[in-house]
Amino acid sequence: MKNEMNLQFSALSQNESFARVTVAAFIAQLDPTMDELTEIKTVVSEAVTNAIIHGYENDPSGIVYISVTIEENVIDLTIRDNGLGIVNVEEARQPLFTTKPELERSGMGFTIMENFMDEIEIHSQPGSGTEVKLRKSLKSRKMLCN
Amino acid sequence: MSLTIDFETRHDVLCIRLGGELDHHTADELREKASDLIERNEIRHIVLNLEQLTFMDSSGLGVILGRYKQIKQVHGEMVVCAISPSLQRLFDMSGLFKIIKMEPTEEFALQRLGVA
Repeated sequence: MKNEMNLQFSALSQNESFARVTVAAFIAQLDPTMDELTEIKTVVSEAVTNAIIHGYENDPSGIVYISVTIEENVIDLTIRDNGLGIVNVEEARQPLFTTKPELERSGMGFTIMENFMDEIEIHSQPGSGTEVKLRKSLKSRKMLCN
Repeated sequence: MSLTIDFETRHDVLCIRLGGELDHHTADELREKASDLIERNEIRHIVLNLEQLTFMDSSGLGVILGRYKQIKQVHGEMVVCAISPSLQRLFDMSGLFKIIKMEPTEEFALQRLGVA
């Protein structure tokens, strides 16, 4: 059975922890391992932080949207903003690439998302926003027990 | 859950013990406090104890790298200790272990820097 959850909140840094904890609580019903839960929380944190810092440049009137769908053991996560967008997505995906080194950004956000999830799609339009779609299949507990 | 920060200075070594969650929201406080202490107390080396840290993302990597760059200017070194497997993956992914040393415990880290 497909199960969906939608969340929207102001682009404020204190909402980063709210976002990852809420998504983790929703996917907990799939009985993920602690590692899988940590990976999901980390990628949510990365994408939401990107939306706040880069998409909205810390303008709290911006809204960050999260949609999570779970079906069987597959998690589909969409994180979207209506912010500035990314001019060169390929460049942004390179490890250690950052447009804001003065803010001590590590440039590892997309690399972490790619490593922790099975699939990633980034749709971005300068001036109208960014949508990051992530997919991960959880290891089936039943299979591990056999 | 927010971030807890505990500092201890031994000679020119600053021991930073972190607990809770280190993300973009909490990284600013750590950056300001640590950076100020490093300058004021003429700190050369840093021991970073992550035993109680339950969550960290790339914003944490950024602030750690920032402090590394700060002490590198005075030819200091950074030693991280008590790191969990999930945090270790983040460090591995970003290549931080090429420049930051790792020890199993704070005691070993302090010994390495000669202030145990």
